[in-house]
Amino acid sequence: MTEPTTAPARVAVTDDAAALLARLRRRHGELMFHQSGGCCDGSSPMCYPQGDFLTSDADVHLGDLAIGADGGADGGAFTVPVWMSRSQFEYWKHTHLTIDVVPGRGAGFSVEAPEGVRFLIRSRLLTDDEWGALREA
Amino acid sequence: MTVYAAPGQPGAIAQYKPRYDHWIGGEYVPPAGGEYFENPTPITGQTFTEVARGTADDIERALDAAHGAARAWGRTSPTERANILNKIADRMEAHLEEIAVAECWENGKPVRETLAADIPLAIDHFRYFAGAIRAQEGSISEIDENTIAYHFHEPLGVVGQIIPWNFPILMATWKLAPALAAGNTVVLKPAEQTPASILFLMDLIGDLLPPGVVNVVNGFGVEAGKPLASSPRIRKIAFTGETTTGRLIMQYASQNIIPVTLELGGKSPNIFFEDVAATRDDFYDKALEGFTMFALNQGEVCTCPSRALIQSSIYDEFLGDALERTKAVQQGNPLDTDTMIGAQASNDQLEKILSYIDIGKAEGAKVLTGGERADLGGELSGGYYVTPTVFEGKNSMRIFQEEIFGPVVAVTEFSDFDDAIKTANDTLYGLGAGVWSRSIETAYRAGREIEAGRVWTNNYHAYPAAAAFGGYKGSGVGRENHKMMLDHYQQTKNLLVSYSPQKLGFF
Repeated sequence: MTEPTTAPARVAVTDDAAALLARLRRRHGELMFHQSGGCCDGSSPMCYPQGDFLTSDADVHLGDLAIGADGGADGGAFTVPVWMSRSQFEYWKHTHLTIDVVPGRGAGFSVEAPEGVRFLIRSRLLTDDEWGALREA
Repeated sequence: MTVYAAPGQPGAIAQYKPRYDHWIGGEYVPPAGGEYFENPTPITGQTFTEVARGTADDIERALDAAHGAARAWGRTSPTERANILNKIADRMEAHLEEIAVAECWENGKPVRETLAADIPLAIDHFRYFAGAIRAQEGSISEIDENTIAYHFHEPLGVVGQIIPWNFPILMATWKLAPALAAGNTVVLKPAEQTPASILFLMDLIGDLLPPGVVNVVNGFGVEAGKPLASSPRIRKIAFTGETTTGRLIMQYASQNIIPVTLELGGKSPNIFFEDVAATRDDFYDKALEGFTMFALNQGEVCTCPSRALIQSSIYDEFLGDALERTKAVQQGNPLDTDTMIGAQASNDQLEKILSYIDIGKAEGAKVLTGGERADLGGELSGGYYVTPTVFEGKNSMRIFQEEIFGPVVAVTEFSDFDDAIKTANDTLYGLGAGVWSRSIETAYRAGREIEAGRVWTNNYHAYPAAAAFGGYKGSGVGRENHKMMLDHYQQTKNLLVSYSPQKLGFF
């Protein structure tokens, strides 16, 4: 997994998730994530065809996942933007998110569900250095 | 004590079929794509049936059937529809035990709950809306001596409903009963985690409804739910689930200009004021049970009282007693009538809950009891069990802010009334809340100050028909469980009639 070197990233993607995104993109076209909130299938990163979910001022653009041509998480071929609602971001702003994939059934209208896998957020608190740099950015 | 035989075993009171197709136009129809998906029971993790994997073609077929039936069904009299709803209730009552065991097996919840709550409530719900539609009246406004405005209720037509997995039959009933009472036909998409129990029910009641009035299409959200929610052929969409999907469904609805009702997440506060502990009487005992309600239905309830706020002056003693009560929650085979907490509904859910327990620990919250997966041994080892978990921490922590949807409560203290209300309202959600106090003044004021659609006052987790249920803030739009729900499924037709032979005189 790699993260951009210029500024600390809020989001990252594992190799497995990147490979799945490359496969899903061939079927659905450009993709996006919106991090879900609560209830039955909540807290999952929902993956949609780009533009299917309309983002607005009510959302925060957390960053773009850079995916390699062969589906590696090393960037270069295409990007997948990651969004979260602004109100939820207030509670998550100190959190770094890594999108991973595990076996499972997926949730909501997220496009990976029929593949027998689901995207999953692995999170950690941002370090003091990262948080400081993001506040200045 | 009774332990029901598992469906599939000899002597089981409820038996699932090995395979379920879609229920369309009053009969089973194979999926257009020819594919099926496995349906495991969370009790053992083993697959017990397979279910049709619906796609847009199946949704179209179901919409065809629903449109075919809509005109005739919409013209039946309220009496005819009420009689059918009552017959559905009677049939369910006659088969209550079977339905309860079937739902337990599919969802993992204890049979004690399905026998005493889920299915009796569903039965009552059909009867409530049978009564509500009989009693509903239009209105007349006398504009002037010769001009009358008549207001008629008309059905919307064909409606779409997407059902969650935590109460597969009760949540379907909450949506079906008012929609049918109001004269609509329905295409219903159950959750992919619990696709079969609703079809088990349709096998029992399907003959009571004209073909096409209720159609059930199973499948994955993106393959079946999305074509239903985004279809220009529905006149309304109702959804219970999580917030991002709720927003997406609302966006689809805006593109088709149709109404939407949403029942979304919650992070409900359960507030215990100091006078609760004034004496050790029945009420104190009731309040301790109220605390422990976070474990009801394995915490898989949108209104799970997942934040307990206890006044500082009684914090240690009340929490100590509450922990004892929590440790007494009996976990076991959901088919055993003594079991109080069963299995989480899916492996995904199990993993999510365990990950939140890790998040809580990493944030510095303290596990006071539970906090791990339970291995119940034997066949149940493959099931998805979590011990009831009590965390102590601060309201800003993620386990206080995010809906875990498991038997996990996050506990914190408050100093006074204002502090309690501030903490209670410091959440994105506003679905449920609990207030416990011996003072009617405190209880009343707290109930009014909390920004939530349902404030249980000196009780929790009751869901009677006739008590409106729905969310403030990020918890959704609309109300269920009340006759006002009929409005969500009806058009208003106004006939503005002049009885005057005289011209207006304008032209």
